[in-house]
Amino acid sequence: MPQYMTFQPKPYRPRMSAYWYLDQWHYLRYALRESSSFFVAYFCVITLIQIAALKAGPTHYAHFQALMRCPVVIVVNAFALIFILLHAVTWFLLVPRVALRQMLNKPTPDLIASAPNFMVWFGATVIVALFILGVF
Amino acid sequence: MADTIILEVERFHPERDTEPSYQSFEVPLRADWMVLDALNYIKDQLDGSLTFRWSCRMGICGSCGMMINGVPKLTCETLLTNFAPGPVRVGPLDHFPVVKDLVVEMDDFMAKLQKVRPWIVRKDDFEPQREFIQTPAQLEAFHQFSLCINCTLCYAACPVSGLDSNFIGPAAIALAHRYNLDSRDQGQEDRLDIISQHEGIWDCTVVGECSVVCPKGVDPSLAIQQYKLTATKEWFKSFLLPRGKN
Amino acid sequence: MPDRSEVRTDNGSENAVETSAHDILIIGGGGAGLRAAIEIAEVNPKLSVAMVSKVYPMRSHTVSAEGGAAGVAGKDDTLDDHCYDTISGSDWLGDQDAIEYFVDTVPKELLRLEHWGCPWSREPDGRVAVRPFGGMKKMRTWFASDKTGFHMLHTLFQTSLQFPSITRYDETFATRLLVEDGAIRGIVAIELRTGKIRAIQAKAVIICTGGCGRVFPFTTNANICTGDGMALAYQAGAPLKDMEMVQYHPTGLPFTGILITEAARAEGGWLLNKDGYRFLQDYDLGKPTPTPVLRSMELGPRDRVSQAIFGEFEKGRAFHGPYGDYVHLDLRHLGEHKIEARLPMVRELCLKYENIDPIKEPIPIRPVQHYMMGGVHTDINAATPLKGLYAAGEAACVSINGANRLGSNSLGEILVYGARAGRSAMQYIEGADGRTLQSAILTQAADEERRLEQQYLRKTGGTERIAKLRDEMSHTMETGCGIYRERNSLVESANKISELKGRYANVAIDDHTRTFNTQLTSALELGFMLEVADTIVHSALNREESRGAHQRRDFPKRDDNKYLAHSVVSRSAEGPPRIEYLPVVITRWPPGERVYGR
Repeated sequence: MPQYMTFQPKPYRPRMSAYWYLDQWHYLRYALRESSSFFVAYFCVITLIQIAALKAGPTHYAHFQALMRCPVVIVVNAFALIFILLHAVTWFLLVPRVALRQMLNKPTPDLIASAPNFMVWFGATVIVALFILGVF
Repeated sequence: MADTIILEVERFHPERDTEPSYQSFEVPLRADWMVLDALNYIKDQLDGSLTFRWSCRMGICGSCGMMINGVPKLTCETLLTNFAPGPVRVGPLDHFPVVKDLVVEMDDFMAKLQKVRPWIVRKDDFEPQREFIQTPAQLEAFHQFSLCINCTLCYAACPVSGLDSNFIGPAAIALAHRYNLDSRDQGQEDRLDIISQHEGIWDCTVVGECSVVCPKGVDPSLAIQQYKLTATKEWFKSFLLPRGKN
Repeated sequence: MPDRSEVRTDNGSENAVETSAHDILIIGGGGAGLRAAIEIAEVNPKLSVAMVSKVYPMRSHTVSAEGGAAGVAGKDDTLDDHCYDTISGSDWLGDQDAIEYFVDTVPKELLRLEHWGCPWSREPDGRVAVRPFGGMKKMRTWFASDKTGFHMLHTLFQTSLQFPSITRYDETFATRLLVEDGAIRGIVAIELRTGKIRAIQAKAVIICTGGCGRVFPFTTNANICTGDGMALAYQAGAPLKDMEMVQYHPTGLPFTGILITEAARAEGGWLLNKDGYRFLQDYDLGKPTPTPVLRSMELGPRDRVSQAIFGEFEKGRAFHGPYGDYVHLDLRHLGEHKIEARLPMVRELCLKYENIDPIKEPIPIRPVQHYMMGGVHTDINAATPLKGLYAAGEAACVSINGANRLGSNSLGEILVYGARAGRSAMQYIEGADGRTLQSAILTQAADEERRLEQQYLRKTGGTERIAKLRDEMSHTMETGCGIYRERNSLVESANKISELKGRYANVAIDDHTRTFNTQLTSALELGFMLEVADTIVHSALNREESRGAHQRRDFPKRDDNKYLAHSVVSRSAEGPPRIEYLPVVITRWPPGERVYGR
């Protein structure tokens, strides 16, 4: 080793792997959460297609329904549902905690901060379900 | 329980190596030993060239942060028997340049701390005869964020810190937030300019690992998200009330 | 990064010493060092201040202080009361003029720290809260939950960041003071990251390197507390003072020596022996009461409480554990709410290091070395006899702590004397000449580099392991020079330290690289510790009385006729150190009996 290098040690700069999120479970969980946005976008597109089909008339809507009944689409939609649930749950757990703390200026337990969102979500789900089941 | 355990320690001597390698050591497995005690055993009895930082051995100075089985921890607070039967991998903190063995370069971090102006800023000339009046509630508003021991485990846990070395990082933002929330400080505006840049809060994608690994319960992730709310509010205010400043 | 002035070579050889120059240089980046730097930067921003520390400042040992800092604040409290408590606490070995200055200044310093952002705990009305503390007649200890030192250090460090005139040399290990014509000229230090030797010129140097607890086996002190500054001053010809005054803190955890703050007792904790008996009442410390009474029982001064615990060990009334005897500190009756609010760190430490929850079980504790009342001899202005050399904090001995320090006086001392040393250094350099580094100094620096190379870095074939020498040193200090001492044990320790100093010449170094060589620094620290241990043992041997923390079984009484004086120890070229006595300054409090609990 040359003399001049003795006083100029080169630190080792590790490179982060492109698959860093596979190293630890908590990183993978994060990557999955972030990927859920893709499925949210997918769901929005499906909804837009559904609305367009509704507008275009009964035949088009029947085509849309047939498409939704395809086994492949059902599987994809099932995945989408799981990811969207993940998306909603992680959002509801995080945001109220920050917002409530900001308002009250003192620590609040996570469950108390997030509970209202979940309750509203549950309530809305019940109402929509009742509509779909034909009760209203 | 066996009476020894293997430690696989990452070694790197810049004067002879171009990249790190692992070396195994067998150390006694004592019930009240922390991983730091095992490292000191290696340095004292087996290989005096093993290099690592440590000082208080009670989790308050922040010197001894290292990766233990891929998770950043303070070695003085991590019980060795938690890893029995082993082996245990010990390496330098992720996302920092490695100077030697388990010692990483802290210059960048120190510069980031300084950048956020972590001191009481007064815009007026008022200095009370005695203390600033600060109620226990006002103290509690920022107290949690003042507990940071600068151990940088949060930087090692944060993938953004690894991908973008310009990211100011959890501890620096939490420290800025601590001063912002302190009722005696008037420097919120100064800090906002620095923190609301791209390498500030907006680089954070809420992975949340920083708060998980923090040994002092500072919850830097909370500080960053709160800061995002504040920064957004200020941004709206700035063009809804361009001339009015609170 | 520091300004590079030039790289000089000594006679054109391979050895290169890098030089830089500043007006004032501070060794040590803890509370005292930072306070001194801020004082200089605030008063005279044109002066260039260098702060040299072997660790990053926020790692300094100030960070582990827990209990609080005393300063007269309440309406029913007076400066004279604080003076009297400190003077009687010191067993009349404290210099009363320095104590009066300290007591008068400390409340202003604590307030200044509050203005700088220190999160002092508060009363409901928003005023700073105070708590009771051992040996204090009134409640006057300011506190920041139970992490006062941590908050103070971080406040000081963060405040120091706003001054561009302070240049920090982080992780730079001072190995020698440069002296010429009887005055300080700077230091030689190793830049750890690169292994480069630096000669940093300064017109004044302030030593703020803290204590030397690692000389003892069971200590609350961090690994870095190796008495570097004390040894550097001693080797440069500045004497040390009162080195035999070693404070034992009554409540440390048995294996690690980790400190359980005195605040635990101040909040109402009880000390119990193996029969569950509050034994302090047998040692003239008062009668047990359900709630704490100031200056009584568990709120007695540290030396008396440690001696009482030791007494229980000797009487066989203590528990036996794998690391020696211990007694119990019982907090259970305080209740969960109080412990969580006032003593959260105590609970954290017990859970982590002893696997015990103080809410449910008593804590095992034993006396452990904690603080050095002794240190570099300074006058009331923080000046040593060596021109241009100052000292402050635990590394110095003014003396305000005398033979025993009261809890919560040292955090105030670092502020008061850190600032004082800064001001004294500024005054001194007004008259000093600013000549550039002379060749004589450069030669000293090059010599130092050669010494480090030959005796440590290039040396092979050493047979003594650093850890073994260190263990033997600390063992002999504990057995021969511990809480209770006597002539024979001290002589034995003195001989052992001599032997170890000889064997140290043969120390084995495995790491011959330059980059961040912590084995080299461990070896240098061991050298410093052996010097300091030598002064402790000889000072203890010469003081033939018992006073405060220095207890001689063969001379159990206090002797004001011969020993109302400080032991000043200087290095001699051959043989044991030279010890002289300097009378204590008495102003308004003639020596009296130290009474607690009555």
